Amino acid sequence: MCLGIPGKIVDVYTANDLTMGKIDFGGVVREACLVYIPDAKVGDYTLVHVGFALNLISEQEAQETLELLREISEIEEKLGPSQ
Amino acid sequence: MSHDLITHTFLPFFDNDVLRRSNDAGVVIPKRSTPDHNLDVGKLAISTDSHVVWPLFFSGGDIGRLAVCGTVNDVAMMGADPLYLTAGFILEEGLEFEILERIIKSMQASAQEARIQIVAGDTKVVQNGKADGVYINTSGVGILPNDLIIDGAYAQPGDIVLISGTIGDHGIAVLEARGELGFRSGISSDIAPLNDMVQNILEAGADVHVLRDPTRGGLATSLTEIARQSHVCIEINETSIPVRPAVNAACEMLGFDPLYIANEGKLIAIVSEASAGQALEAMRNSRYGDDATVIGKVIDKPEDRVLMKTALGTTRVIEMLSGEMLPRIC
Amino acid sequence: MIKYLSEYRDVELVRVVIDEIKRTITQPWVMMEICGGQTHAIMRYGLDQLLPPEIELVHGPGCPVCVTSLELVDKALAIASQANVIFTSYGDMLRVPGSDQDLFSVRASGGDVRVVYSPLDAINIAQQNPDKEVIFFAIGFETTAPANAMSILQASSMNLMNFSVLVSHVRVPPAMHAILSSPLNRVQGFLAAGHVCTVMGYWEYVPISEQYQIPIVVTGFEPVDILQGILLTIQQLEQGLYEVDNAYTRLVTYNGNKPAQKVIQQTFTTCDRKWRGIGEIPSSGWCIRSEYASFDAEKRFNVEGIHPNESPLCIAGEILQGIKKPNQCSAYRISCTPENPLGATMVSSEGACAAYYRYSLEEI
Repeated sequence: MCLGIPGKIVDVYTANDLTMGKIDFGGVVREACLVYIPDAKVGDYTLVHVGFALNLISEQEAQETLELLREISEIEEKLGPSQ
Repeated sequence: MSHDLITHTFLPFFDNDVLRRSNDAGVVIPKRSTPDHNLDVGKLAISTDSHVVWPLFFSGGDIGRLAVCGTVNDVAMMGADPLYLTAGFILEEGLEFEILERIIKSMQASAQEARIQIVAGDTKVVQNGKADGVYINTSGVGILPNDLIIDGAYAQPGDIVLISGTIGDHGIAVLEARGELGFRSGISSDIAPLNDMVQNILEAGADVHVLRDPTRGGLATSLTEIARQSHVCIEINETSIPVRPAVNAACEMLGFDPLYIANEGKLIAIVSEASAGQALEAMRNSRYGDDATVIGKVIDKPEDRVLMKTALGTTRVIEMLSGEMLPRIC
Repeated sequence: MIKYLSEYRDVELVRVVIDEIKRTITQPWVMMEICGGQTHAIMRYGLDQLLPPEIELVHGPGCPVCVTSLELVDKALAIASQANVIFTSYGDMLRVPGSDQDLFSVRASGGDVRVVYSPLDAINIAQQNPDKEVIFFAIGFETTAPANAMSILQASSMNLMNFSVLVSHVRVPPAMHAILSSPLNRVQGFLAAGHVCTVMGYWEYVPISEQYQIPIVVTGFEPVDILQGILLTIQQLEQGLYEVDNAYTRLVTYNGNKPAQKVIQQTFTTCDRKWRGIGEIPSSGWCIRSEYASFDAEKRFNVEGIHPNESPLCIAGEILQGIKKPNQCSAYRISCTPENPLGATMVSSEGACAAYYRYSLEEI
């Protein structure tokens, strides 16, 4: 279901009438189909599953999640260790 | 035809006194020049391996280099100094001469680097469609002192486990070269002869119990084999295992685990705790050993098992590779 | 460091969420993670070792490889064994046992069976081999449907008449209904599959949550993501709430990916489907619409005489529904191993049996 890996779009082009992109996954580059993320542009991050980009990754949401966790971490430090 | 092939194609590159005699077998009086000329021959380590890699050429290597280094390393893993190789070729009819020449030149260069001689050879030609271009078998022989015992059954609780460098490079490089999965990683195969590294470790005075090159099935499979041979538990740390970022990325994409991917220029060394420091230094001072590091230790229980402490501090059981690694969608 | 991956494996953040879970929980709870990819991650990182003992994780049937019906696997094998055929498939299907062989053995006997990473690779193979019949084995949950659908649309627009697709799509919501309505059900909270929801959104889960009064949390796949999903579920359970919540906000929205859903609707129609080990679940599958029937491999290849024969020892069905654990199976580790799997949950590396076999500390 679900082996999806995040990558950065480094190129966008058309092939066989489909919008395709070159995606950089932490140093490994592979082609992916971008038809399902029509607003995609170079520099965006996306999740790719079986060679198709399923959605753009929201940097804002990602940051909020991590921020929330870091806040909890600080509160925990003040409260002391749990049982 | 075979004779002509040997005389005109192979001999110019594998040229040495023994091969020039064109006998059926290579007869040698093993000698290495040392300060003490009365060198006791000692034990002989002999190995054979057949190489059927496809494609024949890939980033960082080719079937020729693989054929030489693979067998050099098998001999070296016994602690032996590899001296002589034989090379048998099964050639597919119609194989382009340029390709064969490229392979042979690569074998020559690898043989020179490893300071071994190819002293006997054979060629056969098979029908088009059999042999994927070329299959190569190499057998190798080396010598080691009578009292040196390095064996998969000799790991002992308390020993330290070292790896000579990054894992997963060869497997990913070959997969990329096949082109079926369409990715580009820039990873090169790590094929390399390790006999000098082995000699350096021994000369440093390290008390070496096991040496193994983690080829097919990767680090995980080799460690599991050793754990079973020695009836010990090998405990490794995930965070200590060196993996190139691009190898990690390729594995993430395909759903592979670097622990199971083939290496052709790395060795596992299991040494006494007291000599771990010397062994590590010797590895790092050797060619191909820049990233050598300690990855774990040997304990007594649970027997026959490999356990890995994950980056999160949890414990994972490591099993052998079963079957082929398949890219997954799940 | 892979951006959007490595951050969610951070040891410190994992500890934070674990501590928060421990602070929140006051009683035992049983929850199910639907997706095989999540099972795999839990086992690979040993997350079950970090969680408080009050939490019981039950592994759901979210492994499309595992639930592809035996009949369909046997049909695939029959087609792949035919002459002049190139049978393409995702890698994990190759070792799935049919009634008496698998795609690997078909390949060993000379069949042209090829692993593809993407359905578009199968299209390329069909273009490059106009004199052969090229079949693509399109399995998957909703996550894979947009990709599989596109291969059908491409074949249609290119008039690629030597290409056909053998479809085995399954949908999550009907499976959840089947599990929750079973009298044997013990599941009190669900971790919904993050990538399924990336495509479909999570609007479909609201009626389920209401009907069964059960919290459902959309969850990702990295350690921090999974633990956050568990945390949000525990928080609801402890407060007696039942809502659909989203712990994978960087990718999932309520409505999901509209262009992808549109293509799915264009290409597939809902149909009943047999889940291996579970049986038929109504409306739980997607099949090719009649407009694209000419690309339906089941119609193109009339494979007669399929008599599926499941190993009587295999209890994959009970495992997929979370009723039993792998180590409660009499064949587990004895006659059923990854090298010699009796059923699909041992084959796919995120099938529960294979995951336990490979990673579990309990075994020792």
